[in-house]
Amino acid sequence: MTISRQARYALMSLMGIGLAFIYIPLTVVVINSFNVSKTFSWPPTSFTTLWWAKAIENTGVREALKWSVLAGLSATAIALLLGTTLAFAVSRYSFFGREIISLLVVLPISLPGVVTGIALNNAFTKQLGMSTGLLTVVIGHATFCIVIVYNNAIARLRRMGTSLQEASMDLGANGITTFRLITLPNLASALFAGGLLAFGLSFDEIVVTTFTAGPGIQTLPIWIYNNLFRPNQAPIVNVVAATLVVLSIVPIYLSQRLSQDSTSGGRF
Amino acid sequence: MLDSVATAMHRRPRLRLAALLTAPVLWLVVAYLGALATLLVTAFFTIDSFTGNVVRKFNLDNFHDMLTDAAYKNVVLRTLGIAISVTLLCSVLAIPMAFYMAKIAKPKSQKILVALVLTPLWASYLVKIYAWRTMLEPGSGVVDWLLGPIGIHSPGFGGPAIIIGLSYLWLPYMILPIYAGLERLPNNLLDASGDLGAHNFYTFRKVILPLIFPSLVAGSMFTFSLSLGDYITAQIIGGKLQMLGNVVYQNFSINLPFAATIATIPVSIMALYLYLVRRTGALASM
Repeated sequence: MTISRQARYALMSLMGIGLAFIYIPLTVVVINSFNVSKTFSWPPTSFTTLWWAKAIENTGVREALKWSVLAGLSATAIALLLGTTLAFAVSRYSFFGREIISLLVVLPISLPGVVTGIALNNAFTKQLGMSTGLLTVVIGHATFCIVIVYNNAIARLRRMGTSLQEASMDLGANGITTFRLITLPNLASALFAGGLLAFGLSFDEIVVTTFTAGPGIQTLPIWIYNNLFRPNQAPIVNVVAATLVVLSIVPIYLSQRLSQDSTSGGRF
Repeated sequence: MLDSVATAMHRRPRLRLAALLTAPVLWLVVAYLGALATLLVTAFFTIDSFTGNVVRKFNLDNFHDMLTDAAYKNVVLRTLGIAISVTLLCSVLAIPMAFYMAKIAKPKSQKILVALVLTPLWASYLVKIYAWRTMLEPGSGVVDWLLGPIGIHSPGFGGPAIIIGLSYLWLPYMILPIYAGLERLPNNLLDASGDLGAHNFYTFRKVILPLIFPSLVAGSMFTFSLSLGDYITAQIIGGKLQMLGNVVYQNFSINLPFAATIATIPVSIMALYLYLVRRTGALASM
């Protein structure tokens, strides 16, 4: 393609500026977790690993991590079950209201989190008289995680077609055997990508969590949020933040290795 | 036992469908739509100013208050302004980056660039906004330290900081659909345009832009809608500035019906936006 040399260089530098815009703030977070100064004056005068040692011992952080993982795993499990069954129904059957359902499933991530949050809080505490806790957090998270699994599963199901399943049935396998030996193995990597993404979304969620978690539960984002403006907690917040930045490489690495169609990490 | 279930299910496709649909539909309709509908109904209730309890009497007082108070109009306009600015800023940043990734980078670096653009999506939302607090801190922030020597100073915490922060959060959501759109765009269209005498910018305006418009719309669905409902970014780097989400958040604990009323604004704007997007047909060609 004919693009002038100047245009090439101009685009290359814009790419560079864009990447700098993306990565400088993240780098600053990581560097600051080693900053000696408790007020994080920039540039740092010297470095220490003291905050890392303190953060590892911090019980609040450990507790928050536990809740986040617990909520994330439970929400992901529910989303995997409901998202997959829904994807099967929508892709393999035609029925009244199918269009409405495919619209309904995206609604929880399309509407602002604060709207979903207060709606769920109102329903749980005022209408149903439930007390907020892990259960309400999991219900809230699962609601917007379903669509993630659904999108991944339905894309795979559509591409797979039904001929493999039909062949299996023709050869005498019943529905359960066919699902176990044919459909599920073909679907597995899409479900893994969807599950990974759902977990990531739940792990990072703060708005719906704010409204569905009771005072007894602090997920990691809630912990960060609650400690963000406490100066004496700042070093620990920095370490947690830096850890999350570094950990964000893991899902990208996994999804890049996994399969071609999920190189976007399944976010699209 | 399992085999007989399998046989029975195989003979009855409707039963299979019902088994598949019941749980997810119950979940989405009862847990989610039910909650939303209840909230919407609450918007038509008022609160007893003495006891603070919700009075379940249908009226339009909240909507009247919301529409007549200039303060709320300002918040709506400000939020819309921020959401539009974020979308524009993301587009301006994303188009050259996506173009470089799709059309200039070699296949090997292309993969790395996509991964580099994707990775921050997995970094925590709060951490990213927190990072911008450190970046923008007036006087002692990284922006002043890095760009001060060339005369660029941090705008401090407020509207511009919110626009920068939100653009930072949603930029990958804009780059990826444009990148995908450009990848699908055949190179020979650009060659043809060049052969016919169009210079770079003219080709961009007349050939590339119309063809990647659906991708821009797809990206804007994220940048616009996610900005519209946000309140945490405004809390952390917005100074005293309030967005619609902040008003909803503040009213939530003191006056739930009014919070519900305000919440109908971003929902209606989104519905209108989706309707307009559908009318342009931009998403149909995705």
